[in-house]
Formats: sequence, structure tokens, C-alpha cells
Amino acid sequence: MAVMNIVQAVNSALKCALEEDKSVVVLGEDVGVNGGVFRATDGLQKIFGPKRVVDTPLSELGIAGVSVGMAVNGLKPVAEIQFSGFLYAAFDQLVSHAGRIRTRSRGRFSCPLVVRTPSGGGIRALELHCEMPESFFAHAPGIKVVCPSTPYDTKGLLLASIKDPDPVIFLEPTRIYRAIKEEVPDNFYAVPLGKARIAKQGKDVTIVTWGAMVKYTLDAVEKIKNDIDAEVIDLRTIYPFDSKAILESVKKTGRLVIIHEAPRTAGFGAEISATVSEKGLDLLSAPIVRITGYDTTLPFPKLEKEYIPDEARIIAGIKKVMAY
Amino acid sequence: MVKKILAKFEVSYLQALDEEGNADQQLMPKLSEKEMLRLYEMMVLVRAFDDKAFSLQRQGRIGTYLQIKGQEAAQVGSAMALKDDDWLFPMYRSAGALIARKHPMHLILAYYGGDERSLKAPEGINNFPICIAVGTQTLHAAGSAIASSLKNEKSVSLVYLGDGATSKEDCMSAMNFAGVFKAPVIFLVENNQYAISVPRKTQTASETIAQKAIAFGFEGIQIDGNDIFGVYGAVKNAVEKARAGKGPTFIECFTYRLGDHSTSDDAARYRLREEVAEWQKKDPLLRLEKFLSNQKLLTIAKKEEILEKAKEKVEEAVEAYEAMEPPAKDDFFKFMFKEMPEQLKEQHDEFMRSHL
Ligand SMILES: Cc1ncc(C[n+]2csc(CCOP(=O)(O)OP(=O)(O)O)c2C)c(N)n1
Repeated sequence: MAVMNIVQAVNSALKCALEEDKSVVVLGEDVGVNGGVFRATDGLQKIFGPKRVVDTPLSELGIAGVSVGMAVNGLKPVAEIQFSGFLYAAFDQLVSHAGRIRTRSRGRFSCPLVVRTPSGGGIRALELHCEMPESFFAHAPGIKVVCPSTPYDTKGLLLASIKDPDPVIFLEPTRIYRAIKEEVPDNFYAVPLGKARIAKQGKDVTIVTWGAMVKYTLDAVEKIKNDIDAEVIDLRTIYPFDSKAILESVKKTGRLVIIHEAPRTAGFGAEISATVSEKGLDLLSAPIVRITGYDTTLPFPKLEKEYIPDEARIIAGIKKVMAY
Repeated sequence: MVKKILAKFEVSYLQALDEEGNADQQLMPKLSEKEMLRLYEMMVLVRAFDDKAFSLQRQGRIGTYLQIKGQEAAQVGSAMALKDDDWLFPMYRSAGALIARKHPMHLILAYYGGDERSLKAPEGINNFPICIAVGTQTLHAAGSAIASSLKNEKSVSLVYLGDGATSKEDCMSAMNFAGVFKAPVIFLVENNQYAISVPRKTQTASETIAQKAIAFGFEGIQIDGNDIFGVYGAVKNAVEKARAGKGPTFIECFTYRLGDHSTSDDAARYRLREEVAEWQKKDPLLRLEKFLSNQKLLTIAKKEEILEKAKEKVEEAVEAYEAMEPPAKDDFFKFMFKEMPEQLKEQHDEFMRSHL
């Protein structure tokens, strides 16, 4: 056991995976000599050599497409896309190929790749460095989407993603990369995909969120704990998502708030909301409330705090669902 | 059976002004003394801006900044060879080119300070907004150039990109379109030897970046990117060629990034101090200074005067930047669409209510 933050947990997971499985290859821009711009791959090339921890040319489409080929031919590529906005450049290979190889080959081939990327705003960075693209990929058939929020889960979910037989997009919460520290086992362990985590038990209202928003939701909920006893569900996996855990909680509380950073329209909150309406309308004693980013591009740093759901908006949203 | 050589290629290299400040008269572009001094003043201004921006970032007065130091000749030399209505496609490290293209310096600071209002180009000057996604801007330049020729306009498009960007499929596609449509576009590669930590050798197995153009059917040349006369001359020629309907040119400026990749980077992790020191000797500004002094165009007093004036302008820009009223809180809604759709309007109303 060692105390780690989220970046260190990523590093530790990659190290375990590279040690445990000779077919694992880490690749991406600046991941080798430099150890990644956030140091997520720091020191790995020294240990495992430049053939397993590979600095690539600058091409996200290239990185994704080459990973597809590697994965089909027996490797387990774990690609880093330097910032989430550059996933857009890789989109074609991921959507047109990674998610389709298994079904297109009638199960003869598979594409067990992992694409990890720092994601989300609140870090005062340049444009396209802060996107939350979970919905794009949740919407892409054949691809799993994971979004951890703690160091322990980061390592366990990343190792589960690498073990997974299908392609996984792994969205790391940049804003809290170094904000949370906790004990993380040094050895290999997996946190299963598709299972949510109850981050805080409660009985008055169910809040579903993921990634960096989990921390800020917990902080906000703490502020109003004397008045409202909220249950916070950390979704952990966006696709396939744990609708059972959400419905069970809503059964208890009768109220649902969904919080995410990405734009509201067709954001993943809409899917959760639709699912609960379809399967649990009778459980609800108030309309569902979504607290999200707006249908705009994420503003540059001077205004980004106006966009990302903050404590005031989270509390207001919870109060709204409680007041109904 | 036939076996024969179908094509052979050469890639030329050009340097008009060497490291000691000696000019090759045959290779020098036509420039009056006044124009030479103008290039020098602009380089001094860009250097002063760059130094200031770096220190503002260190003091937390702007956000992430990407230094130009070492690349001033490539940027100033190319931007100054254009006319205002030519199209310029800058990237995140193009502050020098933007200054030369009259983008107000306080707005450039505001850009790195995280203020979206900074990107609006001055009326009459066709500067595209700064591009962050590496290499993607190359296609826009190709498209804009195709548009100019379809409209029978004489304007050309010039796009900045790094050595790393030449690995992007966007760049290859842009070159292909440019070649096929004989588009009046100039690809200006600042090969500063690194894409963050990745050295040029890891980026491509190609011997030069310039030769990539050959595969797309047009001219590619490499020039000493620290030689402002070489850059200016090559771009001027390329512009004339483009205006005459003779198609694109690909110019690899062989240069060096003297600073870190950005203010979040630590280049000591991946390159040797000795290498940087070697390149410091090739500083484009020193070289031009030597030349101008040798030509008796620049006295020590004049040099100081130019530097002081540059620093003053930069200080004024800092003041203007810091005096800017903060943007309206809902500024980021304003330009999403020409007309705000109902759905977004609802969100905007909700936003305004929560900000009462
Ligand atoms: C599509 C894309 N991928 C990755 C990045 C992150 N990034 C910013 S600059 C850079 C290196 C670019 O190198 P080069 O093209 O040589 O230009 P330079 O920065 O050296 O001027 C990288 C990888 C980005 N901005 N865009």
C-alpha cells in the first residue's frame, strides 16, 4: 500500500499491467522520455524500454488506428491521447473500427485496446484541453467508457479496462489528478466495469455523477448535510452504466439529480433520465433535475467557472428537487 | 522487361545571412535600408513581447504561454511578406506573426490570459483565429486558397505549422488538396526540432520535412529559419508565385525553440543544455544585429532606442490588457449561433436568473 493521487494511480496501474502481461504496450505523444505531460507514464520507459513504452509521431488518428491494428494482432495497446479534445481527431478510427471489429469479423477478431486521456475543465488550460466527451463515445456502439473519480478506483478500473476484451475509452479527471490522495494497493487488482459506487449513503435524494464532479458534489452535499441527506452515486462506468444501482437508490429516495460537466443536450444525463423515466417513473416523487454544462463550447479560463457546475448550482439544484 | 528511373528529386537549402551576420548578395531579397530596419524593429518588438509574456505567466498574470524565442525570424520574416488581405492561419505559438500582422498586443496577452474576446481579428486584416489542435489549420488554409482562386482574387493564404504537425493527416490532406487544385497557399513549417519532447527524428523517417511536398507535386524548400532575409525572400517568392497562379509552396524553416515547449513544460527532461547553447549562438536577432551594424545601419544608440521603444509598446499593451473590463458573465453564449436557438435561449435565461 502507498498513498497515491490519481496520476500516480494511473502510473501504478500501467506498471502493473506492463509487468503482468507482455502483450501490453503503452503508446502516445510524449509518453516515453518525457513520461507524459502530466507524468502519468513517468519512469515507465526506463523500466520497460522504448518498444513497450512508445513515443509516437504526432497523430491521434494514427495512434488510435495503429492501436486497432496492434489489438487485432494480439497486443494490448494502452494509448494516451494527450488531452481529451484531441480524441476528436481519433474519432474515426475508434468509431468506424475499434467498436466494430468484433462484430464485423463475426467474433473472429477483437479489439482490446484502451485509450486513456485527461478530461474535463477547471484547470485554466487552452481551448480543447478540457472536453468531456463521454457522450460521444457512449453513443458509439461497441465501445465502453470509464470515468474514475478516486485514486483507488482509477487503478482498479484502469486494470479492469486493460483486461477487458473490448475497446475502452478511459477518461481521467484532470482537475482532481492531484487533489485526492488515498491508500492504493501496489499489486494488481481490478474494480469491475459497469458497477457504480455509492460514494455517500443518504435517504432524501439520489445524486448521480462521475469524474471530477464527484468530488465537488460531495463537497456541496457536505455543506447542506444538516438539512438534506443526499445519496451520491459515482457512476464510474458510463457505458455500460449501472442502471440497477440508480433505480435502487431512487426507490429509496424518490428524487433524482444528475450532475455532469458536458453540455446538457444529449449529455449522458439525458440517458440516465430516460432510463429512470422508463423503468422507474412510479418511484419518483419529483421531476428529475439535471445540473450540467451549457450547450456552448467550454469558455476560456476567464469564464470557465461560470460554465462548470459549481457548489452554488449543485445546492440550488438539490434544493429544487427537494422543494417539489 | 523495362526498368528505368522515373523521377529524381533534389531538396534545396537556402541561407542568405549567416551566423556571423554576413549576407550573400546573390541570395538577398530586394529590401531597402528602411525595410531592413523595419524587420529588425519588428523582431525586437516580438522578442520584448515574448520575454514579457513569459514573465507575466510566471507572475500569474496570464495563463499558459508558448514562447517564440529563437523563432522570431521565421515568424516575422514570413508575416511581413504578406499583404493585409492575404489570409494568415496562426497556431498557438504564432504570437510573433500576429504582432507583425497588427493583431493588437494587448489582445494577444488577453488570449493567453484566457479571454475569448481576444481572438477577433482587426477589420481588414484576414487573420484566422489561433488554432490549438495541432495541424488542423493547414486544411483551412488550403480551402481558403482554393476559394481565393475560385473567386479570381489575388490574395494568398499562409499557414503556420510545426514539425510535429507535419505528421498529422490534416497536413498531408491539405498538401494534397493544395497540389491538386494548384492553390495559392504557403505552408510555413517552423521546424524547431521538437514537438514537446519528441525530437524531429522520431517524428518522421523522412530526411527533411521539405521533401514531403515533392510527393504532393509541388515545391518544398528548406531555409535557415534563423535568417530573416532567407525567410522573407523565400516567402516573397512563394507569394508571387501563388499570386501568378503557379500553385503552392512548402517552406521548412530550420530553426530551434530556445525556450521550453510551454510554460507548463520542462525541456531539461528531454534535451541537453549543450544543445540549447549551440543554438543560442545562432540567435536570429543577434545575427541581424551584426549585419545591420556591419552595414552601418545600426549604431549602439539606435539599437537602444529601438529596444526602449519596443519595451514601451509592450508595457502599454500590458496596461491595456490589465485595464480591460472583465467579459460579461454570459459572454460565451453570444457567438454560438447567429440566432440563439430556443433551446439554448432557455439555458441562457436560466443562467441569467442564477446570476442575478
Ligand atoms: C491534435 C493535437 N494533439 C496534441 C496536442 C498537444 N500538443 C500541443 S503542441 C504539441 C507539439 C506540437 O509540436 P510542433 O507541431 O512541432 O509545434 P511546436 O509546438 O514545436 O511549435 C502537442 C503534442 C495538440 N495541441 N493538438
